[in-house]
Amino acid sequence: MSPDEHPPGGPAVTSTAQDDTRRFRVYRYKRGDGGERFEEFDVPVGPHTTVLDALRWIQRHRDPTLALRHSCLHASCGTCGMQVDGREELACVCSVQEHGSEITVEPLANLPVLTDLVVEMNGFFARFPHEHPIIRSSAATEDGHNGEVHLEGEHEVILDLPSPVPLYHHPLHHNHRAAPAAVDFVRLEDCIECGLCLSACPVAATSQEYVGPAALAAAERLLEEPRGVRREDVLAWADRPEGVWRCHVGLECTRACPADAIPAERIMALRRELTFGGPDDEEGKR
Amino acid sequence: MSATNELPGTAEREQPGPIHHKGPGPSESGWLDPRGRGHGGRALALHRITGLVIVAYLYLHLGVLSMLLIGPSAWSSFLSLVTAKSFLALEVVLIAAVLFHGLNGIRVAFVGSGIAVTRERTLFWAGTAIGTVAVIFAALHILGALS
Repeated sequence: MSPDEHPPGGPAVTSTAQDDTRRFRVYRYKRGDGGERFEEFDVPVGPHTTVLDALRWIQRHRDPTLALRHSCLHASCGTCGMQVDGREELACVCSVQEHGSEITVEPLANLPVLTDLVVEMNGFFARFPHEHPIIRSSAATEDGHNGEVHLEGEHEVILDLPSPVPLYHHPLHHNHRAAPAAVDFVRLEDCIECGLCLSACPVAATSQEYVGPAALAAAERLLEEPRGVRREDVLAWADRPEGVWRCHVGLECTRACPADAIPAERIMALRRELTFGGPDDEEGKR
Repeated sequence: MSATNELPGTAEREQPGPIHHKGPGPSESGWLDPRGRGHGGRALALHRITGLVIVAYLYLHLGVLSMLLIGPSAWSSFLSLVTAKSFLALEVVLIAAVLFHGLNGIRVAFVGSGIAVTRERTLFWAGTAIGTVAVIFAALHILGALS
């Protein structure tokens, strides 16, 4: 290892850690290049090295043609989703120390591969209901003011959007994993649209027609906060064979979700809405 | 550069390329892949496998019963075969499959209808515990340890 090839993800703490090397089996595919294969790279790692650090080290020191997608480096943008040892992870926060001496890295499943670790996300976003709202409030206080402040020129503007549904009104409130004090509202805004849920879903692995967990969870979110969208349209969109009824309760989506958007629970809430009906509307009808 | 100021190869790049999926891509057997799956995904796969086992047993059972049409001698010789220890062990496997399928089916029904969504893990392990105890009891009984 040359002096400029120090372990990615910060210097190693001890000399023992500096000697720590992991073998990465990386999925490779280039269009017109003889099909898919795995290539192996030995990467020096430190105690804080992430899978993304290691892949970028491979790009810099071994193979600059390795293609991957990443941006924020802190699990916020959702672009570096991939399978690490068969499990869906955001590479930027996936520590190599949680894996063995040989680590297999593959692109997400159930989506077309563009090149190497980069998948075509259009197939993911195209599954969402068309009425997916763009503007979302992100937090709300008890007085109903959502409190989100942004600057327009030199003026502070407080967004005055309808408040999300308070957690204590939400059916998923009870026994929610997060402490109530930490999460005031159940929000699908937590979804970072990384596609990990679709990759982990065993039903999406059998059918490309299934709209998938993220899209169904977004639909359930629309019922909570329609913002002009008709409930009947959302329910009709979900109430079809390749929609909410295609889920076979594998619950892998909630397990894979890095943002705790609990998609499986939202799919079940949507089913309950379709099966037992929801709250009365303004005219007192279902 | 052309008169339209297009970069070379622009038209070619706009053409959609062939769709490539990793491995076999989405397929009818995609649910069988156990890599990286948690208890939910494995329970789903095992639920389907045990369902197929139970359906196969149903047809086998109908076939066995049809031996009664042949006569008492055929039935008696068959009974001597199925009361062998190795065959009885298969019965224990069948009971395990039926118990898993039934208990997991109750869990899926509760979770899938939105009734016990947040308690699915508890339901899974409760069903596993009940099923394990029942299978052990059945095995001891069938294999003669309790008689």
